[in-house]
Amino acid sequence: MILFVVFLPLIAAIVAGLGNKALGVVPAKLVTTGALFAAAILSWLIFIPYLQGTAGYTLTPVLEWMRSGTMSVDWALRVDALTAVMLVVITSVSALVHLYSWGYMSEDPDQPRFFAYLSLFTFAMLMLVTADNLVQMFFGWEGVGLASYLLIGFWFKKPSANAAAIKAFVVNRVGDLGFMLGIFGTYLVFDTVSIDAILRAAPGMAGSTIGFLGFRADTLTVLCLLLFVGAMGKSAQLGLHTWLPDAMEGPTPVSALIHAATMVTAGVFMVCRLSPMFETSPVALDVVTFVGAATCLFAATCGMVQTDIKRVIAYSTCSQLGYMFFAAGIGAYGAAMFHLFTHAFFKALLFLGAGSVIHAMHHEQDMRYYGGLRREIPLTFWAMLLGTLAITGVGVAGVFGFAGFYSKDAIIEGGWAANEVGVWFVGVLVAAITSFYSWRLMFLTFWGTPRWAESEHIQHALHDAHGHGHDQEAHPAGEHGGHEPSEHGPSQHDLPAGTGGYHPHESPWTMLAPLGVLTLGAVFAGWAFEHYFIGADAGEHFWRGTIAFREHLMHAIHEVPLAIKLSATIAMLLGLLAAWYAYIRAPRTPAAVAGQFEPIYRFLLHKWYFDELYDLLFVRPAFAIGRLLWHRGDERTIDRFGPNGLAYAVSVGSRGAARLQSGYLYTYAFVMLLGLTGAVTWAITR
Amino acid sequence: MIQAIAFYLFAAVVLLSGALTISSRNPVHAVMWLILAFFNAAGLMVLAGAEFVAMLLVIVYVGAVAVLFLFVVMMLDIDVAEMRAGFARYWPLGATLAVALAAELVIAQQAWAVGGIDLARRAGPIAADKPNIVALGELLYTRYLLVFEGAGLVLLVAMIGAIVLTHRERKGSRYQNVPRQNARRPQDATRNVNQPVGVGVEL
Amino acid sequence: MIGLVHYLVVAAILFALGVLGLVANRKNLIVMLMAIELILLAVNLNLVAFSAYLQDMVGQVFAMFVLTVAAGEAAIGLAILVIYFRGRGTIAVDDVNRMKG
Repeated sequence: MILFVVFLPLIAAIVAGLGNKALGVVPAKLVTTGALFAAAILSWLIFIPYLQGTAGYTLTPVLEWMRSGTMSVDWALRVDALTAVMLVVITSVSALVHLYSWGYMSEDPDQPRFFAYLSLFTFAMLMLVTADNLVQMFFGWEGVGLASYLLIGFWFKKPSANAAAIKAFVVNRVGDLGFMLGIFGTYLVFDTVSIDAILRAAPGMAGSTIGFLGFRADTLTVLCLLLFVGAMGKSAQLGLHTWLPDAMEGPTPVSALIHAATMVTAGVFMVCRLSPMFETSPVALDVVTFVGAATCLFAATCGMVQTDIKRVIAYSTCSQLGYMFFAAGIGAYGAAMFHLFTHAFFKALLFLGAGSVIHAMHHEQDMRYYGGLRREIPLTFWAMLLGTLAITGVGVAGVFGFAGFYSKDAIIEGGWAANEVGVWFVGVLVAAITSFYSWRLMFLTFWGTPRWAESEHIQHALHDAHGHGHDQEAHPAGEHGGHEPSEHGPSQHDLPAGTGGYHPHESPWTMLAPLGVLTLGAVFAGWAFEHYFIGADAGEHFWRGTIAFREHLMHAIHEVPLAIKLSATIAMLLGLLAAWYAYIRAPRTPAAVAGQFEPIYRFLLHKWYFDELYDLLFVRPAFAIGRLLWHRGDERTIDRFGPNGLAYAVSVGSRGAARLQSGYLYTYAFVMLLGLTGAVTWAITR
Repeated sequence: MIQAIAFYLFAAVVLLSGALTISSRNPVHAVMWLILAFFNAAGLMVLAGAEFVAMLLVIVYVGAVAVLFLFVVMMLDIDVAEMRAGFARYWPLGATLAVALAAELVIAQQAWAVGGIDLARRAGPIAADKPNIVALGELLYTRYLLVFEGAGLVLLVAMIGAIVLTHRERKGSRYQNVPRQNARRPQDATRNVNQPVGVGVEL
Repeated sequence: MIGLVHYLVVAAILFALGVLGLVANRKNLIVMLMAIELILLAVNLNLVAFSAYLQDMVGQVFAMFVLTVAAGEAAIGLAILVIYFRGRGTIAVDDVNRMKG
């Protein structure tokens, strides 16, 4: 069954990809979406026995791959509780995104390619999570990186999309280097790349040392840190995060699938999968915690000042990933996976909802041009509202909470329970900031008065409506919205000023249905699955050794003082209050604050100047070296002595040789005589 | 004794004639000197015992080739004055080459002589009693018959070639084309006209 | 007294003279042809001398064939000379470079 789950998307991708325009748009969409839904259903069927505690670990060999000396690597699909969780997340979100893309990408001329790439990505991600050995995982790792590149740069005619795609790939590459070194080191130390074997042997290697870059260091720390570098790249942690905001150049379904629910969680998955290894190295775990917490804080602060709706959600993702690593670092791997699980639902929901808003606003993404949309697109509004409630973690302990309430609070409580007060505080602070920017997004978009008249995209839409007739826009009877070219003529109807006569319309059912399903997940996933993931006995019943489960810690989480339990909720309320005040009650506050703290505002707006720093440190020197090698090395040295030199020598030589052909007969006769003389001389002296 | 004198005489004259041939300004003089060279070479050959070849030299070379040279020289209207210059320019190079070749030929022979002669591998041993012509004929018409025929073919081709190369269509020369004549029909040659009196005939 | 070497020396010098004549006479095509005849004569002399020395008839047979070919070659050469003169009006060959490549 697992074979179908993994390979159906691949087959669909190949069919749609090779068929492309010849196959036709509708068959391509049907094949890929159908395959994904089938895979999703099968994944849930695989997952349920794990919930019941009846399923164990299965290994399905597929193909022989490499045999080299003592190394033997095979393609094999491994299914256990951890894998099953990921399978469900990946296939469900992917299937919903496929369906959503029917509506969102309906006007795009390249749809078969898009769906093929989506299915290809899903296949690669599935290979990653079902990997039995590190090399297969790396294959999946690279595959998702490739698919990410292809999808971010899907609209390849836009230069910014191309640049973003390359940035994503290159930054990921840096992470992959760490990962590769980690794999090499692991093979060196354990003489195998099979994950099972490594995890079994890991405790035995604790305390040994390895030579690294000239000095001795603790083996497992080095290996774990190298592997974590890979996770940092893939999951956009601080330092290798610069690609994630720019990845928003891709279509919104891509952002929902890849940069919210699945690819960026690959790093978390990897750390959890290799958790027994990480458990033996406290130093590595500390690094993971620190990086996670730092990312959490950094991304949240950046999300506060962004104006593009997708970027806010992107930074939110980055921040939540920080939470997941934070949880992994303190040893609560179950909590990390739980947050991954719930986050997939509500983040995908938020992204797809944002996509719905963008679709309604004719591809306008700047929140400054939104406002008052809750009346225009109510269904989207409710979906996003529930998603925001989920991410901010609204809930009452012991009664009911939205998804984020269970998972995020578990992490924050874990920080306290693990006696890491500093990190706990960061977690609470970030919860407040998260609430602030999430509600800021909601207030700016859905409350207030419409402000979209000035937007270029809207003006486009109006001109289009002019040209194509009025069947696109839903016009309530009696209002003649989009007819006049003058956008500021509200006098003859009771439209609020600022709309410019443009009515956003609700999305088609293909976009709303996935939103509905995800909303269910965002609302109920936490309450329904808490017990399985982070319950005190989850280690025996659910996880069963697939991740390292610190029972002690998980017990402690459930027994933290009430004040701590409420700390996250209080933080959330503070953030909500601040956002309400700043954006509803006194809308001039943000501008005033920004003016007051201008340097800080600029610092945050420029994302802590990381991009500029990297440009200075890496990009410019790289280009300079490249240019140097190109001009001096390649052109002036190799080409000069090689091909060009040869060509020059040949042409000089042939010009000289051509002079021999003087045309004068007697010269030829003379040369013949010379030849004869030479021959005779040679014959004599031989 | 006589043999030695004769040899040195012939040899000297041949070399002298050769030198004068190539350095003569007047082409007619050059041909004359060439003829003298041929005669003396024939004499050398007689001394060596190859009378047939010697006579052949006289008949063919002198009688035909040299005469041909003379014909051509006389036929062409050559500006003798223009030919006076030119010899001096290249003769050092040529002289070097010539001396080198000559020396090498002699050295080669010396080297060969040291090596000894394999008399058993002679292709056509000369019998002491037969006259030269008979011996030559015996060899020529048996072993080298095909080559002989080939030589005849070469001459044929040369003859045809020479004619073809120098043939000119003379304007105005009238010649008979016999097949065309034979193919003429009475109706092409004559036509009957009933012409009224006083009116001329169109030919 | 008169051995092979004497004949060979004579032939060699004659050959050298022919070569010299060939190289040095660019203004006069006829003399160049005559120099070629001298070369061939030297070769014939060589052949006959060896034939006499080795008592081998083949040398003379070969000399006969050389003679034949030389005659043919002289004929053709003169024909070409005639045509050349017709076209150019002179028998100087040191300016001929139509085959220049």
